[in-house]
Amino acid sequence: MSERSIGLLGERKKARLEELARASADKGGVSLVRDAARRLRRNPVAIVGAIIVGLFVLVAAFAPLIAPHDPVQRFDELTRNLTVDNIPGASSEFPLGSDPLGRDFLSRLIYGSRQTLFVGVLATLIGLAFGVVFGALAGAFGGWIDVILMRLTDVMLALPSLLLAITLVAMASKSSQWTVIFAVAIVNVPIFARLLRGSMLAQRESDHVLAARALGVKERNIVLRHMLPNSLTAVIVQATLTFAVAILDAAALSFLGLGDPDINRAEWGLMLGVDGQRYFEVRPELAYYPALAIIVVALGFTLLGEAMREAIDPKNRR
Amino acid sequence: MSLLDVRDLSVVFQRRGERPFTAVDKVSFTVEPGQTVGLVGESGCGKSVTSLAIMGLLPRRGNKVTGEVLFDGADLLKLRPDDMRDRRGRDIGMIFQDPLSSLNPVIPIGIQVAEVLERHRGMDHKAALKEAKELLDAVGIPDPMRRLKEYPHQISGGMRQRALIAIALACKPRLLIADEPTTALDVTIQAQILTLLKQLVDETGTALIMITHDLGVVAGLCDTVNVLYGGKVVERARRHELFGHARHPYTHGLLNSVPRLDSPRGERLHAIPGSVADNIPWAEGCAFAPRCPNVVDACLEGPPPLEPTATGGDLRCNNPVSEEVAVP
Repeated sequence: MSERSIGLLGERKKARLEELARASADKGGVSLVRDAARRLRRNPVAIVGAIIVGLFVLVAAFAPLIAPHDPVQRFDELTRNLTVDNIPGASSEFPLGSDPLGRDFLSRLIYGSRQTLFVGVLATLIGLAFGVVFGALAGAFGGWIDVILMRLTDVMLALPSLLLAITLVAMASKSSQWTVIFAVAIVNVPIFARLLRGSMLAQRESDHVLAARALGVKERNIVLRHMLPNSLTAVIVQATLTFAVAILDAAALSFLGLGDPDINRAEWGLMLGVDGQRYFEVRPELAYYPALAIIVVALGFTLLGEAMREAIDPKNRR
Repeated sequence: MSLLDVRDLSVVFQRRGERPFTAVDKVSFTVEPGQTVGLVGESGCGKSVTSLAIMGLLPRRGNKVTGEVLFDGADLLKLRPDDMRDRRGRDIGMIFQDPLSSLNPVIPIGIQVAEVLERHRGMDHKAALKEAKELLDAVGIPDPMRRLKEYPHQISGGMRQRALIAIALACKPRLLIADEPTTALDVTIQAQILTLLKQLVDETGTALIMITHDLGVVAGLCDTVNVLYGGKVVERARRHELFGHARHPYTHGLLNSVPRLDSPRGERLHAIPGSVADNIPWAEGCAFAPRCPNVVDACLEGPPPLEPTATGGDLRCNNPVSEEVAVP
């Protein structure tokens, strides 16, 4: 726009033009993250997933404020009529009734989200951390390191993941929530490692890595700055999906009685497996609600993960 | 002394259990300081492998590189990997064919330019970024301050290639290898990039090896041209000699196949019959013989030698196109 043509415009339009020019100048770079986030916001599947995950995290974070009662306290009002054939149902004070020990079922469900989040996050992060290290080593160096690591992952992937997790828990001398976390984490390590190695290998052959070599960039920087960041997207997506699997696996272990033996700890898998199964004839809700909670949360993470996979896929970029 | 003296460079790809394949066969050429040298030939003739061998960028396994690559008198092929790494980007720069895939997609342009400066010129990050802005300005990228922060996918193809040129020239290398730098660009941008390269090479005194299959690029840029076929140099000539009096039937065919504005409408373009796949091995004769219009018996008896011509070039042919026949 030349000086003269601006001169013909009104003052207001001139100001608007300058504002537009400034806005476009300030825009700067749109990073991969921001670009993906923009595409996520337009995807209804991602929105639904994000809402479920968001609610779940909020409930877990503010459990003490939301829960009407203490989750471990046994209430006289509930224990008074409690027998194996009669578990008190909903009342105005206890909206979902009692659990088999006379504790408030709703509060235990709400506190259960904390345990699920804790186990899910830690199992996923630990699995991710080890998987990334092994995958990056195998992909960056190749050769015998690659062969050894990949044969190890083959062995682990050959076993069904839940069976492997059960074996790992059974091997531990004492079961606690940490044995569950580590068992679920270890089961997921080979998946991350294999995935990262694959994309690292693809990156190693890519033009921009060759170009970086042609500039004399050191090998360490080629791996850390050029190969790894470009390989991580698939792993990040996998982590979101793994979260759902970790929740299900941890619940399954508890369901089988291989989880934390602490009877005071509220945990959905345990609630479903022990109370829900044993008293299904008396009060099926004891099974329904924890099962529903597990399913909905796992679904939320799966939806979000799938949507992220789509959003982050380079093929979808403009 | 020549800046770069490539002597009998051979690259043999050898996989276990497979027949070895000679991609580059005793190629020799020199580059003088400030000179622009073309390596021309069709796909698969060994142009890119030659450039990668000079840079020491061929994969470590599965190939054998022999010969000498003397840069300033020192043989690059004998350098330790660390020393060669220090030279890449500092003494020899390289530009690749596809500007989008040659830039790291997750790092802003400015950081990528700055990375080389920090690596080879020991600049701190702030100074390097400032210099990066100057460099982007020098290669004609408008509003360089803003482009510094942008990612490769946000800028146009021409600008990406300019950014790559800025990166390659950041440390003022004495030799720049451009491997088909304009192939992925459309024609108007090609012209801009070539003009820019020519201008930068003239200004900085950088020698340039131009690898291309596009004779138009050669015509505008190169002082000396090496025509490669099947991994061997078949003709070497100064630019005007080559365009005026191409002697090798292959070069002749290449020049004939360039579309011309003054040819009658509807006339079919000339093509060299067959494809590179029809080569016979050099050991048995001239690799071009099966496609050559001038083939004689001697061509199938053994490889013709590379012999100097009267005009100061070199020619590998038993029955060259006669000097009187100018290219139409």
